[in-house]
Amino acid sequence: MKTAVRKAAAFIITVLLVTLFVFIAFELIPGDAATAKLGTSATPEAYEALREELGLTRPFFVRYFSWLFSFFFGDMGTSYSYGVSVRSMLASKLPITLTLTLMSFVMIIILSIPIGVLSSKYEDRAGAKALDVLGQLTMSVPPFFLGILITYFFGMVLRLFTPGGFVSYDVNPVRFAAYLFFPSLAIALPKAAMSIKLLKTSILSERKLDYVRTAYSRGNSSMDVMYKHVLKNAIIPVITFLGMTLADIVAGSLVIEQVFSIPGYGRLLITSISNRDYPVVQAIIAIIAMLVIIINLIVDVLYQVMDPRLRGN
Amino acid sequence: MEKFLFRFRKNPELYIGAAISAVMMLIIIAGVLFSPYDPDSMDAASKFASPSLKHLLGCDNFGRDLFSRLTLGGATTLLIAFFTVLIGITVGTLVGAFTGYYGGAVDEVLMRFNDAVLAFPSILLALVFISVFGSGTWKVIISLGIVFVPSFARIVRSEFMRCKNLDYVRSARLMGAKDIRIMFVHIFPNTVPVVLSSAVIGFNNAVLAEAGMSFLGIGVQPPASSLGRMLSDAQAFLFSEPGYAVFTGVTIALMVLGFSLLGDGLKKNA
Repeated sequence: MKTAVRKAAAFIITVLLVTLFVFIAFELIPGDAATAKLGTSATPEAYEALREELGLTRPFFVRYFSWLFSFFFGDMGTSYSYGVSVRSMLASKLPITLTLTLMSFVMIIILSIPIGVLSSKYEDRAGAKALDVLGQLTMSVPPFFLGILITYFFGMVLRLFTPGGFVSYDVNPVRFAAYLFFPSLAIALPKAAMSIKLLKTSILSERKLDYVRTAYSRGNSSMDVMYKHVLKNAIIPVITFLGMTLADIVAGSLVIEQVFSIPGYGRLLITSISNRDYPVVQAIIAIIAMLVIIINLIVDVLYQVMDPRLRGN
Repeated sequence: MEKFLFRFRKNPELYIGAAISAVMMLIIIAGVLFSPYDPDSMDAASKFASPSLKHLLGCDNFGRDLFSRLTLGGATTLLIAFFTVLIGITVGTLVGAFTGYYGGAVDEVLMRFNDAVLAFPSILLALVFISVFGSGTWKVIISLGIVFVPSFARIVRSEFMRCKNLDYVRSARLMGAKDIRIMFVHIFPNTVPVVLSSAVIGFNNAVLAEAGMSFLGIGVQPPASSLGRMLSDAQAFLFSEPGYAVFTGVTIALMVLGFSLLGDGLKKNA
């Protein structure tokens, strides 16, 4: 119970710090919402009047908390470039980025657990060694280059998908998901390679411990030892890694969206930065930061569930 | 020779990584210094020329020599990564040294802030700074440099916390050495192996982050050439001229591979 309270407090403090940071960063930009609305040719009186009306003359912390509250209740301001509410712009794109992120996360898990287990089982075979080298190479390929290679091989040579042929989820959900398969793969492969390496080292070091010998001596089959004993312990560092990776996956999807011309948060963020459409930039960054913090919290809770040793202290 | 083989077997990452990084750096420096072509001079006649003795890796869509452009872009990327890590290490070491050595409330607050910053994916954080400062080579360096401070601060801090109660520090204190002297003359040299390996890993991340930002078009701005930007240009000609994208991408990948292996190797040795 005490831990839960402490975790909740730490969570709230992190949320406040991160949002404060995002807020301050955009306060530092020269010019404010009033200049953005009126342009630079307006009279100083009109400018001051609008500042008053928009509440820009209020003290810093009042403005921060009012921004924070309206943010949580879904009011994220109005886009400078398009004049529509930021909320409506973001809401329609959320499923795209979310699907991309979740698909790559699932791919990482599907790829890394069986391959990690198998390659630790056959660690001395040539195949496992070749896999190690392949993994090291995959980790070194920047995701956007991997995306380009995938576009070339699967899109242009094998013609398994049409590069640039994105279909929105409200038009055809099946073709939408099919188009996102290869972009997700581009995000997932380097991370899966890291996670395989981690799981393999973790399994190999767990297998040397006494409890494994005990389990064998009690007559367990090697399957039982692996899945009922070793994997339970060996997977813990992998969960930490996967938790940290989710933040990277979100960041990776920003870049991959550009490679595969997917109109999600990433492309919106980049065009908004180029157009100096700050309310949109601020909202996207705050949302992604919140996502990352919430993911970290979930990983933390998952830990307690997976590892009984952490409970109670 | 046998001794070398023994060491190589013990830590192959270190030697392979060092070799790849050294070769890449030599090619880049030699290319920038001795290339017979101006990386920006266009030549319609040799548009998309194939690799030949005249143009080692062929030419791009404007007939510019790809090898010269890749070495120049590589040099830009290396310089940006170097200064990024320099900023990260200098500020990170100062912050880490003081917080680790003194501890207390300031440490607690700074570390919570550190956690908050580390929660951001680094490219996203750099994008925040780029949208505040604007883009361009020096702004990329400053943005990425700030982004790299917290991770270095954390590493240096834990090293200082580990060392501050060791016997050699205590005896220095007994001899009347001032805190500043203890921190930078006594403790700091002992943190170098750990800091060095994380610097190489940071260098690697900086190369990736810079290439990613320039690929998105918000990092280095033309006419300055950068590998990320070239790759994004090359993507448009992927179907007809895959060589352009492949050579550019492989250059980035080799740089990343070299530095990441080197970093792993140094970490093993530290």
